[in-house]
Order: sequence, then structure tokens, then C-alpha cells
Amino acid sequence: MNPVWDWGFALSILPDLLSGLVLTVQATVLGSLVAFSLGLVFALALRGPAVLRIPVRGFVELIRSTPLLVQIFFLYFVLPDFGILLPALAVGVIALGLHYATYTADIYRAGIDAVPVGQWEAATALSLPRTRVWTGVILPQAIPRVLPALGNYVISMFKETPLLIGISVLEIVGQAREVGGVSFRYVEAYTLAGLLFLLLSYPAALAVRRLERRVGIA
Amino acid sequence: MQGDLGLFLRVILQGLPVTVGATVGGIALTIVLSFVAGLALLSGSRAVRVVSRIYVEGLRGTSEVVQLFWVFFALPLLVGFQIVPIWAGILVLGLNHGAYGAEIVRGAVQSVPRAQIEGAMALSLSPAQRMRRVVLPQAIVEMLPPFNTLFIQLLKSTALLSFVSILDITGITQQRLIPNFGSQDFSIWLVVLALYLVMSLLITGVMRLLERVAAGRLGRGPAARTRLVTTSAGVG
Repeated sequence: MNPVWDWGFALSILPDLLSGLVLTVQATVLGSLVAFSLGLVFALALRGPAVLRIPVRGFVELIRSTPLLVQIFFLYFVLPDFGILLPALAVGVIALGLHYATYTADIYRAGIDAVPVGQWEAATALSLPRTRVWTGVILPQAIPRVLPALGNYVISMFKETPLLIGISVLEIVGQAREVGGVSFRYVEAYTLAGLLFLLLSYPAALAVRRLERRVGIA
Repeated sequence: MQGDLGLFLRVILQGLPVTVGATVGGIALTIVLSFVAGLALLSGSRAVRVVSRIYVEGLRGTSEVVQLFWVFFALPLLVGFQIVPIWAGILVLGLNHGAYGAEIVRGAVQSVPRAQIEGAMALSLSPAQRMRRVVLPQAIVEMLPPFNTLFIQLLKSTALLSFVSILDITGITQQRLIPNFGSQDFSIWLVVLALYLVMSLLITGVMRLLERVAAGRLGRGPAARTRLVTTSAGVG
């Protein structure tokens, strides 16, 4: 009988797992970019006129109240119906980004609300154009304050990228399933996959906490 | 088309007991683990704090999918037997969300003003009485809104169970409906999304009600954010 934990096997599957981890990180980075930009669009739309605000609010609530996995399936199966053929990874990135944009929207909103009203008044007094008020006065103050909160969502997203195995993207957990399945040695495969997650997400969480303290003082 | 929608709904609803069962079971386990681990984080004993901290950071630091696969595929190789899938699913849901809940409990207990504890001491209440009669009733009011969010996360996480062939509403849709009615996947998935939305709203409704009850027991009026339900529910 093989030992429960085989170091030789563990080492042999590490390269495959690491290549999966690279894909996981890629999906997270791209997904975050989508979430950051789309979230800002949502946040601004939620401050807009009712015709814009109400449908966006409804959409945000729907996305938040339903599982990311179902949204991934939805996009994966439904987009081709509309003639949009994308690689699975791209669908995954869109789904991750869209899902988390509904959360980052609230973060931005809180950051914008926290900008003192005097800043708005000063911008009005200087009769700055609307776009300049946002890009030159409000957002540069709002965004640094919300960076830790955005960072927390990046970490959450990182931990949710394994959902992409649902549409056959071979990120780290998909790789673990492949290499573990060949020899039926799942203990090493899934334990290592878990440790690799911890190895990245725990230091990231500590970094966010440190950033939180710094922003809190500033 | 109308008939198809009825058929879709009938098939999807077959998965509803599994989704609801996993959610309710997961929430029950989450509550227990949140309080045990959360109060352990505040324990006077260093060893208890360290064990609880390892549980919380370990479960929060790894992916829920990894935890699910670990319990389903690695654990049986270690212990030699397999847990009934739905129970294993509830175990993972509870363990994972309990780790997040522990921080909610810890934060809420710590947010109770120091003077409240001193007042309880002055009345010579025992430590257990202080916790049960003074600290927790106030802490629970603080906990309910974040627990609402956490429970909705848990409901959403039940969809992961479809990865291990559990036929919840996502699993049954993917395995039974999509292979046969692939051309109508738009309406099929829309039904699924709508069902999750309804369940999320139900959780929020129940939690809002509990918030009112908990705040009422402290002699506080309904908080500003519960105004939404005050028009429909006249209790409290």
C-alpha cells in the first residue's frame, strides 16, 4: 500500500499545479480590471437620473443575489446564441468581473460619499466642468480611501476563480483534478492546491490589512 | 414555449429540496461554528485563541472549491470511508462560512461598550450571566446585518455542490435540462437565476424581521435600515 503522502509524487505534480496557478492569477488580474472599471461605471450610474439608476440597481441586486457559477454557465451557454463566440477563459473573466463589479460599485459609492461636501462646493465655485470635477477632485480623493476594500474583493475573486472548472478552464483546481485523477492520488493534489492558495491569499490579506491601517490614518 | 417553461420549472424544482436543505443545514452549522470559533478568538487562553485563529485563517485563505474537493476526494482516501454527499456538502459550507462568521461574532462582541461589562460586574453577575444577559443580546443586533450577507453567500455557494454531482437546482439544470433543451438555455438559466433571487430575498426578509425583534428586545426602535419592511410587517 502506498503511503498516504508521497513526497516524490507531490513534487512531480507541482509544475502542473503551478501552471494552473498562473492561469488562476491571470484570470484574477483580468477579472479585477473588469470589476474595477465596470464597478465605477455602475457607481456613477447609481448616482445618475432615475431612468439609469433604477435598472442598474435592479441588475446589481440580481447579480449579487445569484450564484457566480450560474452566471458563468449563463454566459458560457447563452453568449453563443447571440453569435458571440469567446474562449472559455474570456467568458470566465467577464463573469468574474461582472459579478465583482456589483460589489466594487458599492465600495466606490462609499468612497465618493466620504468626500467632504466642501470639495464639491469648491469645485462648483471654481466652475470646473463636470468631468474635471470627477477626474480632478472627487475620484483622486475617493479611490485611495477605498483601495483596501477593493483589495479584499480581489482576494475573494482569486478564491472563486476555481469555479471556472465548470466551463473546463484548467486553472489550479482543474489541474489538481487532472493530475490527481490519473493516479487516484487526490490527497497530495488537493492539499497542495489548497496550500498554494493560502500561500498567495494570506500574505495578500495581511498586506490589505496594513494598507487599511495606513489609509485609516491618512 | 409556455409549456416548455412549465416543464423547465418542474425539472428545476426537483433540485429545490437539495438547495434548500443544503442552505438551511449550512446556515445551522455556520451559526454554531461562528459562535464557537468567534468566542474562542476572544478566549483568555492563548492555546484556544491560536487554534481558532488557525481554523479561521486556514478556511478563509483557501478556496471553497478546494475545500469541497478535498473533503470529497482526499478525505475518503485518508479515513477510508466516504460521507454521504449532501452531508459532506453541508459540512464544507458550514466550515467555510463559519470561519467568516467567527470574525463577525468576534467583532460584534468587541463592539459592545466596555461600560456595559463593567456595569454587569458591578451588579455581580457571573461571567456566564454577563455574556448571556448583557453582552450577547447587544452583540447579536450588530451581527444580524453581516450574517444576512454571509447567509446569502452561503446560498450562492450551494451551487458549487453541482461540481460533486449533487443534484441541486444548478446541478439538475446542468445535467438534465441543458443536454436536452440546449437551444433554450437562455430561458432555462433565467428561471434558475430567478429562483436564487427569490431565495435570497427570503433570507433577507427573515433576517430583517430578526433584526427588528432583536432591537426590540433591547428597547430600541426599528433601526433606519429596517424601514423597508415596517410598512408590510406591523410587528415589533
